[in-house]
Amino acid sequence: MQDVVLALLAREPSHGYDLRRQLAAALGPLGGTLNAGQVYVTLTRLEKAGLVALARVDEAERGPQRKVYALTPAGRERVAAWLAEGAGPRPDVTDFHLKLVAAAESGLADPLALVAARRQELLRSLAEVQRAALAHDTQSRPGLLLEGVALRMQADLRWLEACARTWSAHAPRGEGGAAG
Amino acid sequence: MRRAGKERTASRGGPPGGAVAGPVLRAVGLSRAYGEDASLVWAVDGVDLDIPAGQTLAVTGPSGCGKSTLLQLLGGLDRPSEGEVWLGGRRVDGLGERALARLRRRSVGFVFQAYHLMDELTAVENVELPALLAGSAPRTARRRAAGLLDQVGLAARARHRPAELSGGQRQRVAIARALVNSPLVVLADEPTGNLDSAATHDVLRLFAELRSAGQTLVMVTHDERVAATADRVVSLRDGTLADDIRLDGGPRLPEGAGADHGAASPLGALLDWED
Repeated sequence: MQDVVLALLAREPSHGYDLRRQLAAALGPLGGTLNAGQVYVTLTRLEKAGLVALARVDEAERGPQRKVYALTPAGRERVAAWLAEGAGPRPDVTDFHLKLVAAAESGLADPLALVAARRQELLRSLAEVQRAALAHDTQSRPGLLLEGVALRMQADLRWLEACARTWSAHAPRGEGGAAG
Repeated sequence: MRRAGKERTASRGGPPGGAVAGPVLRAVGLSRAYGEDASLVWAVDGVDLDIPAGQTLAVTGPSGCGKSTLLQLLGGLDRPSEGEVWLGGRRVDGLGERALARLRRRSVGFVFQAYHLMDELTAVENVELPALLAGSAPRTARRRAAGLLDQVGLAARARHRPAELSGGQRQRVAIARALVNSPLVVLADEPTGNLDSAATHDVLRLFAELRSAGQTLVMVTHDERVAATADRVVSLRDGTLADDIRLDGGPRLPEGAGADHGAASPLGALLDWED
């Protein structure tokens, strides 16, 4: 959550209400469990950690004031590190999805490059699993477990194929003079 | 059939000048178009590919991406609209029909999704057939075929017809047949496409054995689990190479199947022990 919020702030300073709207738009029905207060709690924590700072307070026409936060240099560094790090052997679909959204929104990384790197990482893990699977009988208990693990990885790879298709249909930010 | 408005970068690098030390199989600017004029579609579009001896290469991609067409071009089953195919240091895309047929028979072994065995022939007769067509003496061909059937674990089924064999067994017969003339390269098009997971396992084990023996193998597959057993995975998108991934080592048959995978195994990272 912290990393996603930071990444969404990389493009421009924003307030909690707008960040929540962006998250809800990226998550669709899965965002239904996103607690209304969660984004505000996260922003407060990030501020305490010195990763974001209050940029200004906007007066809304109706309703409460809106605190607009901006990334600090330390926050910017952390976003870059988060986008660059590998997902590990058992990544969460939603986490990776939000990373792609954040990469595209912030313009700090190319979602297609992230997808390609992830695919390579996953194929290498799957190669290890298959190497082990071929050494075991399919009827054996380890063989059965390895088959399950391989099928999960296959599902992840198929979803990455869909990611590549969808993100390549969207021109990356910054192309065609639409930067910022 | 020149293409308009598309820049050719294909001939960069040039052919390997007949050197046998070069790649076993090489595609240079390989392209294949179907249809005419407005409905012209490039199924394969400017593919450059070097496949060194002993490599197992998997070609993946969504259906309709051109991967089967690419395989047919590489094996001389289809002719490119543009570009070159080199096999064993020799340019083959311009060969005449008879020379091409001879080359296919001697230097390329094909494995298809639907096996393509002759129904009226027994397993051993299917396997020896390409050897006989290539001019082997009947006795030599039979000996070689029987040996290969033994190698694929089907010595006891040599006299069975395809209808009496399971899908996995048929595919293993087809693989033995592909090997009978000791081809430079084996080309497999969705070799596990019709098989259940146990039969897929058998075929992949067989491929791992071939790989250990230094056989060059190119397989087209939409199954990531099959692709992951290769040395190298390229993906095609809209007829062009989108990705070229090396898988370190890849699966080899370990010494003594069932080898212990202890803490040193990278697979350990997949488990998350919580107290």
